[in-house]
Amino acid sequence: MASAQLLSLTGISKEFPGVKALQNVRFDLNEGEVHAIVGENGAGKSTLMKIISGIYKKDSGEILYKGKSVSISSPFEAQKLGISIIHQELNLMPHLTVAENIFIGREDRRPGRVFLDNSKLVDGATKLLKELDLNLDPNAIVGELTIAKQQMVEIAKAVSYRGSVIIMDEPTSSLTPAETESLFKIIRTLKASGKGVVYISHRLEELEKITDRISVLRDGEYVQTLKTSETSIPEVISLMVGRKVAQDQRPENRKVSSEVVLRVANISDRHLLKDISFELRKGEILGFAGLMGAGRTELARVIMGADPKNVGEIYLHGKEVKIKGPSDAVAAGIGYLSEDRKRFGLLLGQDITFNVILSSIPRFSNKFGFLKVKSATGIARGAIDQLRVRTPSERQYVKNLSGGNQQKVVIAKWLTRDCDVLIFDEPTRGIDVGAKDEIYRLLTKLAEEGKSIIMISSELPEVLRLSDRIAVMCNGRLTAILDNKDATQTNIMEYATKFSEDLTAVN
Amino acid sequence: MSEATKSANQPEGGSKVAALVRRELGRLTAVASLVVIFTFFTIMRPVFASWQNVSGGILMSTTVIGLLAIGSTFVIITGGIDLSVGTSMALVAIITGKTVMALDLNVWSGILFGMVVGGLLGAVNGLLITLLKLPPFIATLATMKGAQGLALIVSDLKPILFTTDVKGWDSIAQGNIIPNFPNGVLILLVAAIVGSIILNKTVLGRYTFAIGSNTEATKLSGVKVNHWLVAIYALCGVYVGLAAVVMTSRLGSAQPDLGLGYELEAIAAVIIGGTSLLGGKGTISGTIIGALIMSVLINGLRILELQQEWQYVVVGAVILLAVYGDNVRRRRAGESVN
Repeated sequence: MASAQLLSLTGISKEFPGVKALQNVRFDLNEGEVHAIVGENGAGKSTLMKIISGIYKKDSGEILYKGKSVSISSPFEAQKLGISIIHQELNLMPHLTVAENIFIGREDRRPGRVFLDNSKLVDGATKLLKELDLNLDPNAIVGELTIAKQQMVEIAKAVSYRGSVIIMDEPTSSLTPAETESLFKIIRTLKASGKGVVYISHRLEELEKITDRISVLRDGEYVQTLKTSETSIPEVISLMVGRKVAQDQRPENRKVSSEVVLRVANISDRHLLKDISFELRKGEILGFAGLMGAGRTELARVIMGADPKNVGEIYLHGKEVKIKGPSDAVAAGIGYLSEDRKRFGLLLGQDITFNVILSSIPRFSNKFGFLKVKSATGIARGAIDQLRVRTPSERQYVKNLSGGNQQKVVIAKWLTRDCDVLIFDEPTRGIDVGAKDEIYRLLTKLAEEGKSIIMISSELPEVLRLSDRIAVMCNGRLTAILDNKDATQTNIMEYATKFSEDLTAVN
Repeated sequence: MSEATKSANQPEGGSKVAALVRRELGRLTAVASLVVIFTFFTIMRPVFASWQNVSGGILMSTTVIGLLAIGSTFVIITGGIDLSVGTSMALVAIITGKTVMALDLNVWSGILFGMVVGGLLGAVNGLLITLLKLPPFIATLATMKGAQGLALIVSDLKPILFTTDVKGWDSIAQGNIIPNFPNGVLILLVAAIVGSIILNKTVLGRYTFAIGSNTEATKLSGVKVNHWLVAIYALCGVYVGLAAVVMTSRLGSAQPDLGLGYELEAIAAVIIGGTSLLGGKGTISGTIIGALIMSVLINGLRILELQQEWQYVVVGAVILLAVYGDNVRRRRAGESVN
């Protein structure tokens, strides 16, 4: 199809403190085209989309929209130009109706502009939904619809701006196969009417069905653009993973004892996790790889008792433990270091000492409930020295520390509690490159000292570098447990994208 | 990844004294305001500063609100609120009065009994909040109305008179163990010191701050947050019980309809004292200063013969000013704001 170019980006760069998120990236989109952007977690897909939709400002580069150079400095401007984005997390008001959601902020009013004209609003929505061939009641309350239908409301809303470019970020992540099919039908309708769709998905098998071209990003850099009809999923995966041999470090041959510390048997929850079983040995680092939304954090929270499990058992040192809440898990010797330290790990407004002793306060108090301030201070000072936390004193507020030092404070908290099992969820997220190495050394040292570690990470080089074994999850299921020597970025990626239930095809 | 990483080596700026001043700026401002207001009234009417007015007028009128405010400080530091302290106080007063009469309890048993009943009422709040997972505002709004009704029911709408029947009950608040220093004020002072020690030196106090700073992180650290919340609301209730005892002693009776509205005065004292409604931050000394600022204002305005209606307006303005000033200071310091 020889059609006009809607969007053309060249030389786009964006830097965050300590991270080059995008370097010299290009991308273009034609009328009536579905163009996919793929890449591993952290490849820069979201950053690029946020630049196109005006949420982030680019540091350099040029954006042409319908041939004209534009600067998009706010989401509002993007919308005015005709660029709409449908985020992975839906941004709808659950208590309002479909029609009200579609036209939010642009409601029809009666003459005098004071009162809303509801019938006109509903008419507009009805017309739009018919045009898109969507089977939705404009008066339905959005919160009562299924996720798939809510997604359709988002699409209708995006189309209602009458723009030419629609960006869809992981639109199928919470849809069933049947719902995905109906989404594809809508996308084909949009295509036929000349709109351009930017399609971001981890589900590579979908790309063959719906996209015309695929662009691959890796580590914030543009890799290649392929015609879907002329490529294959394995080729796309190998481009995504790239030839990162240089930084492909593996753990030195550690001796992991055969003693099983933690055994998780047949865990399922009500939403995502399906029949997960694995063992964790003394002194082992067990990596958990998978795409975002694969269920790794959910699994960690279930083990911690932070969220309820439906079925399944947890055994520690061979004995079953009933974990009803985090206090049971901590008492049994399991510590959890969340990916979101600020929300789930730290008391930001309190000092280092307070944070370090938080899990072990009974140990730092006498029988009358009075705190032993001196010994708490001593422990905090010791932890600062041992973990090399860079801070003027143990009385520094944690919010004034850098990401890496905050992470060390959380680690210190669990070391002070003397847990046997530590679950690290994205231990280096938000931490700059220099501090990452330090965290890696610390994890390895903890394992050597006999701690058993579960490490959830979305960075494959990190997983390969530290883990003795690697568990791969996809869509709530455990799709593989690989020995480090058998694991490669490519086969981990394959297991991580096995959305099909039929696992025998892989093995 | 998009998270900007802060430098750990922020300039500490100046000496230790400067750092201390910055840390304590909120409380220093409150003390300074108190001194300014006090001086203003003294200049306007020198009688204002007489010991008789200070002890009998200002300090005595601070006792009940002060005790309620100390209890509320604990609850507010957890990020919660207790709207029931006022009417609970009335209910405790009635129950204690009835029991002391019926069982012919001595003064000490009566005081203890009041504190226990108050603690139980507080524990009910804590249980409603943790077991039924109700927001503190809703749970304590319900118990506020419940306690108001029960006080009237139990008392049969009649006040209970103490003085003639219970020997020494009036001296709980009005006696002078220390010459010229009313016992009620002494009780407030001791209660504040004990509260401050609990808040700063004990496990309970530490968890109060932890829950208010980040409930989720505290829970994930293995702390039984629900248990501690019940304990904290119960502690607040103990202060409510003590306030009820002091109140009945001052009045010589338990009034079933006296208490509604006290909860807001107590909350105002806590807020003026620099405790954040968001939780995680606060001091007992600040709360006492906050309560004193309100008493001094009311007393002074009364001496200046300002109409009572206008006294309310002034107190409202002071609350606005105090919290706004604190927010400006916090925003400058890059802290979270109420």
